[in-house]
Amino acid sequence: MLSYDLVVVGGGPAGMAAALKAKECGVESIVILERAETLGGILQQCIHTGFGLHYFKEELSGPEYAHRFIRLVEENGIDVKTDTMVLGISGDNIVTAVSHDEGITEITAKAIVLAMGCRERPRGALIIAGTRAAGVMTAGTAQKYVNLNGYMPGKKVVILGSGDIGLIMARRMTLEGAQVKMVCELMPYSSGLSRNIVQCLEDFDIPLKLSCTVVKTHGKERLEGVTIAKVDRNRKPIPGTEEFVECDTLLLSVGLIPENELSRAMGIELDSVTGGPVVDESRMTTHTGVFACGNVLHVHDLVDYVTLESQTAGEGAANYILGKRGEPAYAQTKGIDGIRYVVPQRINTHCDRNVKLYFRVGQTYKNAKVYVECNDEVLVSRTRPKLTPGEMEDILLKKEEIGELSAGAELIVRLEVQP
Amino acid sequence: MTRDIICTACPMGCPVTVELGENNAVLSVRGNQCKRGEKYAVAECTNPMRSLTSTVKVKGGVNPLVPVRSAKPVPKHLMLECMKIINAAEVAAPAAIGTVVVENILGTGVDIITTGSCPAKE
Ligand SMILES: Cc1cc2nc3c(=O)[nH]c(=O)nc-3n(C[C@H](O)[C@H](O)[C@H](O)COP(=O)(O)OP(=O)(O)OC[C@H]3O[C@@H](n4cnc5c(N)ncnc54)[C@H](O)[C@@H]3O)c2cc1C
Ligand code: SF4
Repeated sequence: MLSYDLVVVGGGPAGMAAALKAKECGVESIVILERAETLGGILQQCIHTGFGLHYFKEELSGPEYAHRFIRLVEENGIDVKTDTMVLGISGDNIVTAVSHDEGITEITAKAIVLAMGCRERPRGALIIAGTRAAGVMTAGTAQKYVNLNGYMPGKKVVILGSGDIGLIMARRMTLEGAQVKMVCELMPYSSGLSRNIVQCLEDFDIPLKLSCTVVKTHGKERLEGVTIAKVDRNRKPIPGTEEFVECDTLLLSVGLIPENELSRAMGIELDSVTGGPVVDESRMTTHTGVFACGNVLHVHDLVDYVTLESQTAGEGAANYILGKRGEPAYAQTKGIDGIRYVVPQRINTHCDRNVKLYFRVGQTYKNAKVYVECNDEVLVSRTRPKLTPGEMEDILLKKEEIGELSAGAELIVRLEVQP
Repeated sequence: MTRDIICTACPMGCPVTVELGENNAVLSVRGNQCKRGEKYAVAECTNPMRSLTSTVKVKGGVNPLVPVRSAKPVPKHLMLECMKIINAAEVAAPAAIGTVVVENILGTGVDIITTGSCPAKE
């Protein structure tokens, strides 16, 4: 049986950053297992620019961002097995993987980093009436067809969902000669960046229909059109507002789900809001020696934050492998009053370092104050001019404040809207 | 004439109103919360520029396509014209990341360069 100190599952930006950091911290034997043919993860198909502004202070395309890390992985002599899919991980950290060349292999690991990313919510998760005609697919699948394989999925397109991926694909399909008829959004606002609304829709006069959804698809073999309708405040279609739109392609951009089949099968505790594992400040899950980072932990909008988080996980894994980790005494974090979730969900009160709490809000707020409290005592507070559901926020807890906490304490993160 | 735009220079996304005179001369900028916003609004109304990204066909490569981008932003109104040239272009594998695929596209002074690796088929 093969044996490594650290096995990293997934070779996207998360897996690569975690492996590189662990190496820098002194772990010698590391392998990255990636089911695709190359490293880079979802970045390889995100050919638009908008990556790296925080981390590299320059604006890169997805493949360029990936390339910088792939080079570092090579230069650092980290083992990589591509075309290798992890099937399961046993309770005592034996990783079972399958590949074309080697068949089924088992690898023992001292520590494991989970970096499997996320996948798009498929049509089945939505309830749209109609036939199962060809031409209905997720925006990410279309992105792969257009950007990697060179196939155009259709000529007349309707996009459901105005998150960044939907917006980016509206522009991409237009540039390649398709007619994008509209982007429909269930909510009364778009969760996409305003920059993408301007540069992907307004630049090409593509209408954005807010409070609107697709209620039916038409066509037998191939999609021939969709029926759209306005929705009320409870997101229910309003009778009488239906409208037929002719199209041969419907792209769905309706959310991402962390890919946690492996974690679930191992019995790792998952957070019902993030869909990812419950972790501590070093990104260790509830399974000792198993860490998680990137989109498998919670959906990130910016890859820069994926990189930073994964470095934390890589360092955590290194400390665990090198025996630098004492017995933890955990305090819990919890978001209330408009804060949907907080990562990490627990903090080792002995950790002796500053810890950033990452969170997301449920709706848009202007001039809101964020508080972190414990037993009604305010530890930190920060005013934010604007908070939106589409953007991840953070707030820093100083190590002195963490050191004062007792095990079992509950740290509350909450919002107060200024008048 | 006035134009209402959303400033995209930072995530605040302020609504900005620009008053324009003859020949698109900027008379006033309102609604922006900082200097950067003013600069953005003036550029957006007088000479909007955009980064352009796409793909180019590969000859003799492992992958059929390689991603490309404009090395610098190009004028917004030229994007679709640029796409025609990019769609006709081809690159021979192997090509390193950053290889120039189209030089000085449409006389803009901007090159189209590859942003991904492009290994040759064995
Ligand atoms: C379509 C799209 C557009 C985006 N646009 C932007 C943008 O403009 N700017 C920006 O900053 N960010 C953007 N992002 C976000 C950013 O790309 C992601 O946050 C980032 O790529 C997540 O990295 P990751 O490593 O966690 O996941 P991924 O990149 O998804 O990598 C996960 C890897 O794990 C592998 N894997 C999964 N399961 C297994 C298994 N069982 N065995 C082996 N390997 C496995 C997968 O093949 C994949 O390579 C976008 C994301 C998407 C999906
Ligand atoms: S005006 Fe200033 S604060 Fe407002 S969006 Fe533009 S850059 Fe940001």
